[in-house]
Formats: sequence, C-alpha cells, structure tokens
Amino acid sequence: MKSAFVWVALVLVLAALAAAPFFMQAYGLGLLIGLMGYVTLAGAWALFSGRTGYISLATVAFFGIGAYMVAAFNEVLPYPLVLVLAALAGLALALVVGLSTLRLAGVYFVIFTFGLAELVRQLVTWYEINVTGTLGRYIFMSLGPEHIYWQLLALAAATLFITWRIDRSRLGLALRVIADDEVVAAHLGINLARTKLALFALSSVIITLVGAVQAPRWTYIEPAIAFNPTVSFLTLVMALLGGASRLWGPVLGAVPLFLLFEWLSANFPNHYSILLGLLFIAIVFAVPKGIVALVETRFRTNERAFRPVAMEAEGKP
Amino acid sequence: MSATLLTLSSLSKRFGGLVAVNEVSFQVAAGEIVGLLGPNGSGKTTVLNMISGSLRPTAGSIDLAGARLSGLAAHRIAALGVARTFQLVRILPSLTVGENVLAALAFRSKPLWGREARDRADALLEEVGLAGRGEERAADLTYIDQKRMELARALGAEPRLLLLDEWLAGLNPAELRLGINLIAALREKGMTILLVEHVMEAVRALCGRAVVMNAGVRIAEGATADVLADAEVVRAYLGGADD
Repeated sequence: MKSAFVWVALVLVLAALAAAPFFMQAYGLGLLIGLMGYVTLAGAWALFSGRTGYISLATVAFFGIGAYMVAAFNEVLPYPLVLVLAALAGLALALVVGLSTLRLAGVYFVIFTFGLAELVRQLVTWYEINVTGTLGRYIFMSLGPEHIYWQLLALAAATLFITWRIDRSRLGLALRVIADDEVVAAHLGINLARTKLALFALSSVIITLVGAVQAPRWTYIEPAIAFNPTVSFLTLVMALLGGASRLWGPVLGAVPLFLLFEWLSANFPNHYSILLGLLFIAIVFAVPKGIVALVETRFRTNERAFRPVAMEAEGKP
Repeated sequence: MSATLLTLSSLSKRFGGLVAVNEVSFQVAAGEIVGLLGPNGSGKTTVLNMISGSLRPTAGSIDLAGARLSGLAAHRIAALGVARTFQLVRILPSLTVGENVLAALAFRSKPLWGREARDRADALLEEVGLAGRGEERAADLTYIDQKRMELARALGAEPRLLLLDEWLAGLNPAELRLGINLIAALREKGMTILLVEHVMEAVRALCGRAVVMNAGVRIAEGATADVLADAEVVRAYLGGADD
C-alpha cells in the first residue's frame, strides 16, 4: 500500500535524524539544532498564518517568552515543569492577543503583531532594568546539545503530525472556508472567533516551546537576543518560500534557507543583512505561492482535474 | 394555515442618518414561500441580512419558531436553522464544488463528515443539476452553475428557513424555467422560503404571499396577485407620474 510505504519511510527518516548526534561533530549538531528550530517555527507559523491568511510577525514574542521562562525558572523548578510553565505563559499571551486582535483584518493584524513583539521586548527590558537590576540573565543547565536536538526533533515531528491531522479534519475545512470568505463561513455555522483563536493558541504554544527548548544553547540572554525581530521575518519567509498552506511547505522552505543563511553569515558577515533583504524580495517575486505549489502546477499542466485534499483523505489512517 | 415560523416585529435598521428599514413587520408560516418585493434600494436585502445575522437590527426583533434571532451572531443563527444565498453569488473559490457543499454539511447543527457527507454532497449537487461535477474547482464554474452550487450549499445546511436573495436574477429564459421548477420542488418538500426577487414571472409562479417594501417601509402585504395589483405597489415600481 502506498500510504503504508509513506509511513515506513517517514519513520525511517525520523530514526535517522534521531541517530544523527551519534555521528556528528559539535558544529554539525549545532547546525542541526538551529535547523530543527526553524523547521518547527516555520511549521507552527504556517499552521495558523498559512491556513487563515492572517500574517503574524509576533513569532519572536512567543519565542522570547519561552526562552525567558526557562531563564527565570530553570534554577528553582524541575525542567519538565519549566516547559509546562513556558507553554502556559505562551498560551496566556496568545489568548489575550487573539481575543483582542483576531477581529483586525489584513495589514492591521500584521502591524499589530509586529508592534506586540516590540512591546513585549520593551516590557521585559523595563522589568529587568527596574526590578531585577541587570539586563542579562545566565542559563546554566546540564542539558547536552543532543538532548536539545532530540526535543526539537520531537517537537518538529509533533507539529507536522498535528498539521496533517488538522488538514484532514473538519477544523481544516473550516480554516480553508474562513480563508476564502469569512461571511460565508459564518453563515455556514462556523464560529470564526473560536476557530481562529484555537489555532492561534496552538501555533503560539509550539513557538513558545521552541524558544524554551533552545534557551540553554545561549547560556546568556538579554531582550535584544531573545526578542530579535529577525526571527519573525526568517520564519515568515521560510514558510512562504516552501508554501505556507501546505503540509511540507515550511520544511521545504526552512531547510535550504537556513543553510543558505548560515553560509551567508559565515562568509559575508558584514553584508549579511543586505543579502537577507535582497533574498526576501527575490522570494516574494519568484515564488509567491511557494515551492510546493510551483512544483504541483508544473506537474499538472496537462492534467485538468483538481485534487480535493479534504475529500479523498478520509480513507487513510 | 400552519404555524408561524418567522416573525419580524417593528424591525428597523439605520446607517448613520439613513433609515434603510423602518419598522417592518411580517410573518412567514412554515411551508410557505413568501416573496419580498420592492424597487432597488427599498431595503429588501437589508431585511434578509438582518435575518441571517449579517447585520444587527437597530431596533425591533426577529424570531424563528420561538427563538430570538435578532442580536445573535451569524453562525448561531445558522445553527438555529437559517440558510441563505447571496445577491452577488459568494462561492468559496479555492475549494472544489463538492467541498463547497461539504462545508455546509460539516458545520450545520447535526454535522455530517466522511463518506456519509460526500454521498450527501453528491446527492445535493445532483438535485440542483450539477451531478458528477463535485471535483471541479468552484472558481471555474459558469455564473448559473455557481448559483446552483450556492443553492446546494444552502440546502446542505438542512435549514428550516431558506433565504434566497435574487437567486433567479441574470438567468436566460430556459434557465429561469429550470430555476423556478427547482424552487417549486423545494416547496413540495415543505421547505419554508423567503425570497427577494425582481423576476415577476417567478414571483407569480412561486409565492403564495408577497410583502412589498418601498423606501424602507412595508407598503403592502397579502396574496401575491392582489399585492401586485395594488395601486401603491404599481406606483412604487413605475413611479408616481400622476401625483
């Protein structure tokens, strides 16, 4: 069976990725950690923004909150509890932001989320200066890089699996209807606010966990590092390059771009930002719908029939 | 006479200083087709929009079989059994024809999903004359077929009240005949329909009763033939040259 073959292949790939730390040097493993982090970020971002059309630039707000929860609590609480606490903090922020902003349409939502990330950064900075007294924090944890990598790998796999399930569920259809026409969606009985909020919260919690899991890699953090807006932009452009509304789109966008960014920052450290900007523009012009859609249309030029995703996926496990 | 399904009481809608609908009241009994008539800009679509929850009434109330609709959000009104088509047909362009109907089945108060839903969607498409075309992209359909699909989507909700906003507008004579037959078949099944329509042939053929609006006010109500012969209605449509 075709679907059984796909599952076996996926499990083998996952096993190979999980075994990677045993065969890698520190540099290679560090690269893999960064890569897996961005795969997860792009996947979680696309889970909400790619499916609803609400473009969020708040990625780094949640990412940074996750990192700061670990920095603040790793010495007083056991690690799993810190992760739970980080997830709850991300959830709380997502609910507050979601309830107040998901009525905003189009560009207003984009601007609000960008402003939110800056606001959170300024608030944390203010708190650190006026309450804690020092701007930076140290994170000393005995967690080896391979453990961080495995957690991120698990999170990436979970994100893909959740996305796959949602795309085939009623929720997935609701999202596609909402993305097409919110008036029709409401008149079909879809609760717009609840649907969007649920997905925004899910996406935000995953992003928060990426920040929390990666935090020990830094050893030292301050607001400018944890809340660096470049994280939001990189996540967005990776998801867009691959195709934000497709299951594998964010992965296909994140892998080549992350490696390219690493190479650029190593070889052109002084011109990195300029090259990054040019690359953003090139992507938006060249592949506005993403790599997955591009490949599909190339394959389908002779074939008129359109494959309905939600309708034929029912029979699969 | 069967039981009253829909009751509008002193319904009003103001947009700033403009009174689009002014203290309109009427009732629709279960199983009847009522025509909501009037010149362009008389407030007919605004009334439909308030019933379906697109707009909130400024004053007055709307009740469906004892449940208060006015003030509820559109998705809750849909759950109580109101479905509609739109004056400017609203398809879900990135979905297939089948998925457009499936969306109605999946989110109604008794949802259908999976094989059962696909079979039901196919049956609905057949009912409106789109048999076997579920795999096509909705955006590729012709105008008349988009209207058919929109009707199948509205029927998929299994509504107690169906609102049709100029669903027969823009059809050629042959298509119009088919469209009228389609709605007549719904009446045979006991569907309650409130329709806004300018095509008088359809109004005469389908509507037992009619309500006429002009400049936001209800100016006539009664049996369709009587209402259309009413002097004030004729004046509203043709202009009051003799005033």
